[in-house]
Parts: sequence; C-alpha cells; structure tokens
Amino acid sequence: MNSIPPSIHPDSRVETDPHSFRQWWCSRRELFNGVSSGLASIALGALLSGETLATSKSKQQFQYPARAKNIIYIHLVGAPSQLDLYVDKPLLKKHHGQLAPKEFIEGKRFAFLRGHPKLLGSPFKFERHGESGMPFSKLLPHLGRHADSIARIETLHTEEFNHAPAQLFHQTGFAQFGRPSLGSWISYGLGTENTDLPAFVVLLTGGTAGAGNSMWGSGFLPTSHQGVRFRSKGDPVLFLSNPKGVKRDDRKRLVEDIGKLNQHRFDRVQDPEIMTRIRQYELAFKMQKALPELMDIGQESPATHQLYGTQPGKEHFANNCLLARRLVESGVRFVQVCDSGWDHHSNLKNGIQNKAKLIDRPIAALLKDLMQRGLLDDTLVVCGAEFGRTPMLQGELKNNAGRDHHKEAFTTWLAGGGVRGGTVFGKTDDMGYYPTENKTHTNDLHATILHLLGVDHEELTYRYQGRDFRLTDVGGRVIDEIIA
Amino acid sequence: MILLLTLTLSLNPSLGFTDSTLKSQHWAYQPLESAEVPMSSEAVRWAQSPIDLFIYKKLRAKHLQPANEARPEKLLRRVFLDLTGLPPTHDELESFLNDPSPEAYERVVDRLLSSAAFGERWASPWLDLARYADSNGYQRDGHRVIWPFRDWVIDSINRDQGFDDFTSYQLAGDLLPSADEDQLIATGFHRCTTVNLEAGVDREEDRVLQVIDRVNTTGITWLGTTLECAQCHDHKYDPFTQKEYYQLFAFFNNTEIETRAKGGAAREFAGPFFELMPTENESNKLSALRAQLQKNKNALQAQLKKIQSQAEPELQDLFKKLKGKKKVDKATQAAFQIEKKKRKPQHHKKIENFFKSHHPDSKKLIKEQNALEKKIAQALPPKTLVMREMEKKRKTQIFIRGDFLQTGETVEAQVPQALHAFPPETQLDRRGLAEWINSPKNPITPRVVVNRWWKEIFGRGIVTSPEDFGTQASPPSHPQLLDWLANEFLNSGRSRKHLLRLIVTSATYKQSSVFDAESKAQDPENVWLSRGPRYRLPAEILRDNALAISGLISLKQGGPPTKPVQPPDIWRVIGNVDNTYRISSGEDLYRRGIYVVWRRSSPYPSFVNFDAPDRSSCAVSRPRTNTPLQALTLMNDSAFVEMAREFAARILLNDSLQTQEERIHWAFRTAASRRPNAHEFKILNEILNRELTLRKSRIQEANEALQMLRSKDLQALIRPKLTTWFAYCHLASLLLNLDETISKG
Repeated sequence: MNSIPPSIHPDSRVETDPHSFRQWWCSRRELFNGVSSGLASIALGALLSGETLATSKSKQQFQYPARAKNIIYIHLVGAPSQLDLYVDKPLLKKHHGQLAPKEFIEGKRFAFLRGHPKLLGSPFKFERHGESGMPFSKLLPHLGRHADSIARIETLHTEEFNHAPAQLFHQTGFAQFGRPSLGSWISYGLGTENTDLPAFVVLLTGGTAGAGNSMWGSGFLPTSHQGVRFRSKGDPVLFLSNPKGVKRDDRKRLVEDIGKLNQHRFDRVQDPEIMTRIRQYELAFKMQKALPELMDIGQESPATHQLYGTQPGKEHFANNCLLARRLVESGVRFVQVCDSGWDHHSNLKNGIQNKAKLIDRPIAALLKDLMQRGLLDDTLVVCGAEFGRTPMLQGELKNNAGRDHHKEAFTTWLAGGGVRGGTVFGKTDDMGYYPTENKTHTNDLHATILHLLGVDHEELTYRYQGRDFRLTDVGGRVIDEIIA
Repeated sequence: MILLLTLTLSLNPSLGFTDSTLKSQHWAYQPLESAEVPMSSEAVRWAQSPIDLFIYKKLRAKHLQPANEARPEKLLRRVFLDLTGLPPTHDELESFLNDPSPEAYERVVDRLLSSAAFGERWASPWLDLARYADSNGYQRDGHRVIWPFRDWVIDSINRDQGFDDFTSYQLAGDLLPSADEDQLIATGFHRCTTVNLEAGVDREEDRVLQVIDRVNTTGITWLGTTLECAQCHDHKYDPFTQKEYYQLFAFFNNTEIETRAKGGAAREFAGPFFELMPTENESNKLSALRAQLQKNKNALQAQLKKIQSQAEPELQDLFKKLKGKKKVDKATQAAFQIEKKKRKPQHHKKIENFFKSHHPDSKKLIKEQNALEKKIAQALPPKTLVMREMEKKRKTQIFIRGDFLQTGETVEAQVPQALHAFPPETQLDRRGLAEWINSPKNPITPRVVVNRWWKEIFGRGIVTSPEDFGTQASPPSHPQLLDWLANEFLNSGRSRKHLLRLIVTSATYKQSSVFDAESKAQDPENVWLSRGPRYRLPAEILRDNALAISGLISLKQGGPPTKPVQPPDIWRVIGNVDNTYRISSGEDLYRRGIYVVWRRSSPYPSFVNFDAPDRSSCAVSRPRTNTPLQALTLMNDSAFVEMAREFAARILLNDSLQTQEERIHWAFRTAASRRPNAHEFKILNEILNRELTLRKSRIQEANEALQMLRSKDLQALIRPKLTTWFAYCHLASLLLNLDETISKG
C-alpha cells in the first residue's frame, strides 16, 4: 500500500445550510452550450423522455423534409406465404408437384426441409386490382381495393431463417439481442407529440412473438424508448389502475402531496432530477385517465365498427387496427401491431385462408379510415414479416401441404405518407425463389422508412461501447422508386 | 445521463489511427503509472484518504471547492445502500449518531463489508456483465438451473476472493488442477449465454454465436474492449485485427455443443452440468426419505401378496366388489377367469396390477409413494450448468465477413499483439487466458475493474465508458487517481473490500450531495466530484429498500429463484415451455431482488420499468431513466401497494409511539433515515389530519384495502382502527414514493 498522509479527522459532522445555496435553473440553452449542432440535435426524443430538464418541442432540422409523422407497422409474426397472398407465379403452379430444381437446394440450409422437396404451386387464384393492376390472391379482396395506395417490395431478403433471430433482424437490423428496435430508434430520434402517451406502443394478438419483448426493445438506448405494450385485457399498461380501495380523488391528493414534499426537497438539494420526478407523477396521473378512454373503442360509431369488423371486449386483430388509428390520431409516433399464427409449415391452404380472413378487412378498413380522416398523408402503414415461405413443399402434397421458411425473397408493403402507390418494386424468378431485379435488404427498408420520416439513416446514431451505432449498421439505401 | 451520451455523440473526432504501433501507445494499454499522491497542505486539511488528494488537486484546478460533509444520518444511509443495498434501521441510526468516537464511521463500514448483504448487493452488477438469467432466451425461453452460479458469485464477493481467483475460476475453473465444486460452479459464467432451441435452428450456427458471445463478453468484462467489430473486419479504431479476434475465439472453441437434435428439426438443451454435493442436512433428509419410500414399497408388496394368497372364492368376491360397475380390460378379465392352477406369471401380474390400482389400501400406499418421490426429487441437490473442455480441440478458422459458413485461414489461440505478452510456458487454453488476464503486467484489467466499482459508487466512472477503454473512449477525468486505485487493487491482493473501503471512507465520498450553486454551474455532471453522489436507486435495491422500510423483507439467502407477485399474463411465450408463473409463498415473496427469477423474454416488470436489462447480453451500465411508468409502478404495482399497507400497519401498531407526532417522525425517519424538519412535519401532519377526516366513514373501501394484508392476524389487529389505518396507508404510500426514499443522496 502506498503511503497514506496523516489522516485528519476534523469535526466532520457538519450540517449543510440549504439557505446558502442560490437557486439554479438549468435552461435548455445552457444544456446545449458547447454542443455542436447536427447529431446531438437529433436526439429530441431523448430530451423529451424525461431524463433532462428540456421540455421544448422545437422542430428539428433534419436532412430531409418529413413525408410522414407516424408509423403503423403491422408484423405478421410467423411469416405468411408471399406466394399465396401477393406474388402470382403461374409457372410454379404449372410445375406443381415436380421436384424442385437442384440449385434451389444444393448448398442451402433450411429450417425444416430435408432431401429433395417438390414444388408447391399456390392453390389460390390471383386477381389484378386498381389502375396499377397489382395482383393479390383472392384471399385479400378488401386489401386489393387499395392497390393504388400501396407500394410493394417483393424482393426483400434477410440473413436469418429461424423465427427469433429473423424477427430481431427485421425489427432491429441485427440477429442477436441487444440492439434497439426500429420503433425505439424513432422514439429516440423524434420523440412524441403527445406527452401524455408513450412514443412507441405495441399491440398484440395471438401471443408474444418468438423474440419476445426484444422485438420492441430499446437495446442500448435508454429504456424509456422501448415499446410500451398496451394490453387488451386488464390494464392497458401495467400498473395503470389504482389498487382496491383507492379512488381517483385519493390518487390526485397523493400525487399532489408527493409533489409538495419533492418540491421542498428540491428547494434544498437542487437536483434537477427531482423536478423531472414531480412532472412524471403528474403525467402518470393524466395517463390514468387518458389511456382507458383511448383504449375504449366503444366510443366509435357503429359505421366504424362495421368497417373494421371489430369485436369489442375481445382480443382481436380488427380491434387493434382501430386502436392503431386512435393512437396515431392522439400523437403516438410508432404503433407496432403484431399478429401471431402465420407459420404454416403444414395445412397451408386452410391455415392461411383462415388467417387472411381475419386481417384482410381490418387492414383495408384502417387504410380507408386513415384516408377519410386525412391521416393517411401523415401516416406510413407498413405490413411485413420476418421472412417469407419457400416455393418448395414441406410435408405431403395431398395431405397437409405447407411451406418452409424462406429468406431469399419475400414481400413487404408500404402505404400512406410519402409512398408512391401502385408500385411493385423488385422482381423474382418464375418460381419466386430468388430476386432477379432490385434485391432489397432489410437495411434498405429501414433506411427508406427513416427517410420518409425525414431522418437520414446515416445521421441517426447513438454512441455505445465506443462506437456510433445506427439502425442500418453499415448498409442501407433509400428506395427512391417507391417514394412519391 | 442521456444528456451526457448525447454530448459525447457530437464530440467524436474520427481519429482513425493507421499505424498499429501508434494505436498500441493508447493510454489504457500503457503500464500503470505509480503516481505520487499530490500532497498539499491545503488538501491535507480536508483529506481523509489519499483519494481525496487527487480529487482536491483537480477541484482546485477547476476553481471548485469540495462540499461540506453530509449530515451523519444521510451519510449512514448512503453507505448502507452502497455497501448492502439496504437502509439502516432505527437502532443502527441511533447507535451511530450516539457514538462520538472518530472511528465510529469506519466501524460501521467494516461491519457492512462483512455482512452477508454486501455480497447480495455487489453481485448484481456482476450478474449484469455475466448476463445471468434463469432462462435460455429466444423463442422457447425455457427455464434453466444455474442459480448455484449466482449464489457462488454472492459468496465469493462476501469472502472477498481476490479478483484473480475470481477471474480464473469463472473463465477456467474446469481446467484448474483437480477442480473443486466451487471452481466448477464458477464456470457457469460462460454458460449464461443464450441458446436458441427453436425447431429448425442450425445447431452449429447457434454454437458459433455462443462462442462469439463469450469472446465479446470476456472482452468487455476484463479488457474494457469492444471486440465485436473485429468479427467481420479489422477493428477500425482499436489495435485488433480480425485474425486476432479468431485467435481469441479459439480459446473458447473447445467446449461441447449445448443443444441436441430431438427427432427431426426439434432441438433440446444439452451441455455439461455439475450435480452439487448435498450438504449433511440434505443428505440426511434424502436418506430418510429414501428409507421411507423403501418401507412403503415393502408394505405394498406384502399387502399385494396377502391379497393374492387368499382362497380363490374370496379373491373372486373381492375382484367383483372392487370392480363394481367399472369396465376392466379383457386381459385382466381373462386372468381372473383362468383356473388358479393354470395361471401363468403374466396372469398373476395382471391380477396384481388390478388390486394395486383398485384396492383402497394399495391406492393409499401408492399415493404416499408418489408424494415421497416428489419430495425426493425436490430434495435432490441441484445440477448447475458448467463449462467442460473437450479432449480433442476444434479447428478454428477465420469467418470471412463474420459468416460462419465462409471459413478462411486456420488460426491458433493467441492474445492480441497490442496488449501485454502471453506468459511464457503457459498453455494456450482458457486457463492460460485467465493467467494472462491476471498477469501483473496487465494494466488494463485493474483499470477497468476499479473504474466499474468507482462508477457503482459515484454514478459515473473516472472513464465514462466503462465498457470501452479503447481509442474512442473519452480519456479519464482523473488518470493518476485511476492508476493509483489500480495499483492499490493489485497491492491489496485484488481485494474488492479494500478498494471499496478506501472509497467510502474518503472525504470525497462523504461530501453532501446538495447541488450548491457553484457545483451546479461549474460541475453539473459532477465530473470533478465537487459534491457527493445522488442517484435514483437501481431496480433491485429500490425494491429491497421499500421491503425493508415496510418491515416485510426476508433476508433468507440463496437457493432457487423466487417469484414475487407480478400482474397476471406476463409470462406468455410460445413453445413447449411451462409458462405458468407460480407465485412464491411465505417469506419467499419478500426476499431480496437478487433472488427474483430472471426470465429473459420477460423479466420482473417493475425491474424493467426501473432500467434492469433483460440479461440477453453483457451489460456494463444500466441507464437511469425517470419516467411516468415508474410513478405508476410505485403507486400501483400490487407488490408496492402491499408494502405501503404493511408499512402503515407497522406505524400504527408500534406501541412505543404514543402520539400522532411521534408516529409521523418515526415513519418519516424509517423511510428517509432522518427526522423531518419543521416544515416537512407540518405538511405531513396536515396531510394525515386531512386523510383521517376524509377516510373516517369509508369503511367499505378500507375493508377492501385491508384484504391485501396477507396475515389474518394482522388484519384482526387493524380492524378496531380500520379507518385510521386507511388514512395511514396514504401517509405510507406518500413516504415510499418520495424522491428522497427512492434515491441515494
């Protein structure tokens, strides 16, 4: 041990005198002294998340003018077959039941397929819709009517062929845990327009996805940017309602009393966190009232219920579509709508038919409703999944035919804010196996989404472990072809 | 916190060294400086530890003054929370305040350092690094048993095991000569990686991901270095090549694969485990249970024999009686119909089986047997996950662009060139790697470790990126102090307790945390330590603190994870996993947060709201957010509501308190470890009076609230003062929600 100087024990129990300290308010301007503009200014969401004193919502200067303000991101968890919903492949139908070409399997890895599988043509008819003549299978008649509002990417590909890693990849751009999801990046970058509500809300039907909460996790970003799951049963957010024996008035007095004593403490110790804490209690109290009202779809007109096909009181995809509109309307920046049950390894025909029936009308209703309310211009609606399905058969042709996971080419579509409707981007070969034109990476999709929100994907960064991380890692190209 | 991160975002000059020798001259890789303690007569007047002299020098250079010492009760609370994660009790407060001796504080520190609670508090940041959890992660997220590793960490910290042994046990316990139980359990550190058991997973790919996770976690934890980038290409900023990454990979590439194919595409968990030695108690209990089971089995045999040895007519009667109207399978029917002499062994078996499952005496014995077997299964010592080196080493090849299917050059285990040399004549295996990390020539691990401990106490590190000491990290605020602490760490036999004792007995630590005008203006982030630390408590401690205040806390140590109350339907993950959250009973409901089950797909919700990581990957620092969800949690989570109501009962039923004034004083002091000042008392008294009036006639609601108290006896004691108690519930909630209560200050 090094030499220690003579230890001195003065009369150390000194009282601090609170009155000798000047009041000090940390203004936003002071916070930003010495900070160069640019990157730092992007993190508006961080400033609004309650971790600093800043409350200003001044407009940020992004690289691009924003085309959309909000996003509704529908993730069909389990991954539906693009070959039975969107992409018509007559040749695949023609060769139905024949052995797949060798190049489809040689040197390839699949989750389930082994040996030499046969080809599986879609059992469904396809129709062309709108002026653009965009094809949809007969499973999506309602959605087809919006063909001219939709831009479809048919050549998205991913690096993962198992659900959980692919879901993480689709939402965070990285196949392992620990990275922020698209929604939390957007919350971090843009913040929320409604301080009574979280910036990033998640609605689920059919159970949690394989990657669990990480699909809307905040990774290394502060947890205040993670998606908040609104539940369809019980409290819409955990711990929202008062415990038994406690009325709203009681709560009001409690929040006021906490504020009073915290204010007194602040006067003495001057820690700005205490002021933030007081505000967060007030906000929590407001949320207790605002959220149940927001989640109560009973207030909507019968016509609206009819349009969506809602089933109030139940966990239902249509309810979540309607809620997504209500949330966006209230200023929630990012709504992630997850619907599980699309993993049709077997019994594809009945399985996908039943699932499609549950989502076709509600999604079409959502687009129509947003349009009628003038919200579609500001709202980007995205519908995708973690991967697609193989043109090859899994199981037996006659009995329980299904499709395996396919990472080479699958479909995601966008509509609304800034999207060029009626566009089909990318082409695949005659069997729908490989992209032949405009192969698109998940990074490109993310870059495009950020672009539509007015954010340069190369500028939205966060420093962690000595590195500036971004959603698109080192890739990402904005797909100009689908932008209006 | 976030502001800081935002600031550093913009202060990121891309240095982009090209010359690797230049890179290796980076300060963090240089030998430790044996800095002279900067003495000055002015500093010595304030200082109580050498640490203070370093701090004082910088403060003066920045024209700052140290703050006054915190009030003794605030200091006591701070050091209690920092060292044990629990607040002081009234008795502990009194005895400290009434001890005039100058050594009083040091005595408290020594007592806290030697308490069992110390290890429980300090294990938590280590378990964040170790990404310790009780489940596998990913889609299935099934449960795994590895809590003996968690208990080992707590115990090792309590024993103040030197950080060198702490390191080598965890990285290579299995490779140490005649490894003992402790050393094997410790290797659980690198079995904490996630594993994907989703059907159709490429098992080799999953194994590779686990090895990558082990390399990255080792890099962050021991070298303060983010190696991850070098997976695909040479590190852009730090002196590590892609080849060197895979040389490190080779150290971890020789353990068994941890998944098994289970019929086609399905996967199941595998990999080595270690069955713990039963304690004497456990072993006695097991023998007793086994003896009882044997006795029971004998009794059943005897009984069946007796039944079957009856004369045939009685046997047939009994058969008819027991059968009643129920249908019996044909074979059994036939066995009874065959003439006694002609019955073969299989017929006797059928007859025996019939009586076994139908005779009331046998049924009773079998029921007892099942219960005993269940008890035995529960009493068996747990198996915990461990590392085991394979005899034949795997070949390690560089993965081109990080893709494990595209292999390049074959590499052997080796350490990066820019760092200190690998010790000569040492095996190039995990044990050798641990020796290399523990080498006295290694300057980086001591710096990284003391910086993390410093950060845990002061809320920010001397290096503000504790996970990254590379060329992109901001330089240390007090480089000489960092090296002095690192030397102190080495010279003390790498003792955690020694270092923490030095820190918490310093004048720097003892400063008041009040933001005075000067410190707030000139040192808003407290970089120069112009005041004491003041921060919201971490998730587990926040709950432990509230449990202690309410009087509910159980200090029972170790064992399988506990499941305190959480809202229904939180555990919902697809796959063949038992998703039922079975709430614990008795004191297990109120045990410390370190023991709460950590399920990666959905950790304990109140912990999540207070920034606990999901433990899917190595986490060095938790963010410190301040959100409305936290307010909702503290006001409405039924676990916290129960604590408030118990606290109210505890205040009201305390016989030593005669008046309302005394009760308010006592309650406030229980929560904040200090007496309320006159103004605070006035506010609290008015609030309580108001609530007493408002709640006087709300008998029904008070009764509803009362149901939350688990003890019927307690309910009975409260009932005569029901509405008074109901008013005190408001006071108790208020106190548990105060910023001061949930912060260390």
